[in-house]
Amino acid sequence: MKKYSVFAIAREAMRGHKGWEEQWSSPEPRKEYDVIIVGAGGHGLATAYYLATVHGITNVAVLEKGWLGGGNTGRNTTIIRSNYLYDESAGIYDHALKLWDGLSQELNYNVMYSARGVMMLAHNVHDVQVLKRHVHANRLNGIDNEWLTPEQAKEFCPPLNTSKDARYPVVGAALQRRGGTARHDAVAWGYARGASARGVHIIQNCEITGVKRAANGAVMGVDTTRGFIGAKKVGVVAAGHSSVIMNMAGVRMPLESYPLQALVSEPVKPVVPCVVMSNTVHAYISQSDKGELVIGAGTDQYVSYSQTGGLHILQHTLDAICEMFPIFTRMKMLRSWGGIVDVTPDRSPILAKTPVPGLYVNCGWGTGGFKATPGSGHVFAHTIAKDDPHPINAPFTIERFRTGRLIDEAAAAAVAH
Amino acid sequence: MLLIRCPYCEEERPELEFRNAGEAHIARSANMAGESDDDFEKFFFIRSNPKGIIYERWRHMHGCARFFNAVRDTVTDKFVMTYKAGEPKPSKLPGAGK
Repeated sequence: MKKYSVFAIAREAMRGHKGWEEQWSSPEPRKEYDVIIVGAGGHGLATAYYLATVHGITNVAVLEKGWLGGGNTGRNTTIIRSNYLYDESAGIYDHALKLWDGLSQELNYNVMYSARGVMMLAHNVHDVQVLKRHVHANRLNGIDNEWLTPEQAKEFCPPLNTSKDARYPVVGAALQRRGGTARHDAVAWGYARGASARGVHIIQNCEITGVKRAANGAVMGVDTTRGFIGAKKVGVVAAGHSSVIMNMAGVRMPLESYPLQALVSEPVKPVVPCVVMSNTVHAYISQSDKGELVIGAGTDQYVSYSQTGGLHILQHTLDAICEMFPIFTRMKMLRSWGGIVDVTPDRSPILAKTPVPGLYVNCGWGTGGFKATPGSGHVFAHTIAKDDPHPINAPFTIERFRTGRLIDEAAAAAVAH
Repeated sequence: MLLIRCPYCEEERPELEFRNAGEAHIARSANMAGESDDDFEKFFFIRSNPKGIIYERWRHMHGCARFFNAVRDTVTDKFVMTYKAGEPKPSKLPGAGK
């Protein structure tokens, strides 16, 4: 792997950019690997990267049915924050946030992490109580979060409508300054490049069709559209399709998959300096470095794998955006899209060993998995390498739905579910 | 937006009138306190989440307000059929030649 640097840019500029190499290779699959990761999204690629860098396990394949980063990694609204209520969630999301800081240097790849602040609006007494509870809980866990008056919120985000006669007036806000955004594609590409350079095989257009188990129940490998590939350890990181893959191994999951939509506007000059979220009117917005307003909508109400969603869901979100930001009422929207998110009953992820020896699962991130990408990959690699969860992901078991030790993050995406 | 046929109103109406009420044909135990943890987990949390044909409950919230069941393909979101609550799970689906 040739290091990217200002000198590399200068060198390539001198010789017509002929020296850039492929960021990752596309090898033929081997017959057997030490570890197979199912799904080349951010979480799967991060898992492979940390298996190689932290645990020295490089005989690893990441299998992807489509193209790398083409699922929810390339479809989310790139928001990063760690202001979750419960200790377990605070642990894993802040672990990720600490890794975001410095990730570009670690990967030698600009993931454009921008700690521009995530501001969550309160519109009524209930919101104030909930958000202040979050502020206090976060501070006890060493996570930055502060309470803003409407005037301070307006100062932090000038286009916000804080007038008292708004339909849903802003009565306060919680601000996490370390929160922000990152470039989602670059995260997948950076982890892929780093993993590939250390010998990990990334195999695209290779769909899993079955999970093979030995007589004693343990995993032997996976059947794919490119033939059988053996491995004693298989990590399933397949987002919306996690329950489909787990079913192939005979494990029924506490998951349901829903379409989640997002949309972007025409690009304009910088106008939204931070991320703004509102649970009550159900909208969140930020501005990409290209200038597009990036707007996240809610999920549809029914199970679907269609990677699309109802238009009325988008309309509902845009109503809310126009209420919060009247200056955007005449903005044109450029495109909208959907992804399939796998949602658990308690809105917290599952990163765990499974009842099947050698089979591990990292799923259930629901509507808010992007922010956790580095932390998720880091602790999931540990879980696979040691056959034992990292203390940070130890509470995120499958068994919690039997024992009742739920991690009931109703505010997991900061929008109503 | 989906168009959904309410089997009580016998009309196809827009999705906005309906609420999805989750997977159908999950029987609630008559003796909930006697359920084992395993069985309660299966009843309360585990879902089939199929990629393909799903049996699900809907409620005609802003119409007759009654619950009914539907068969839908989760890949195309196309409804195969709807039927009244309490009717058995259809063993054969219309148009299912395979």
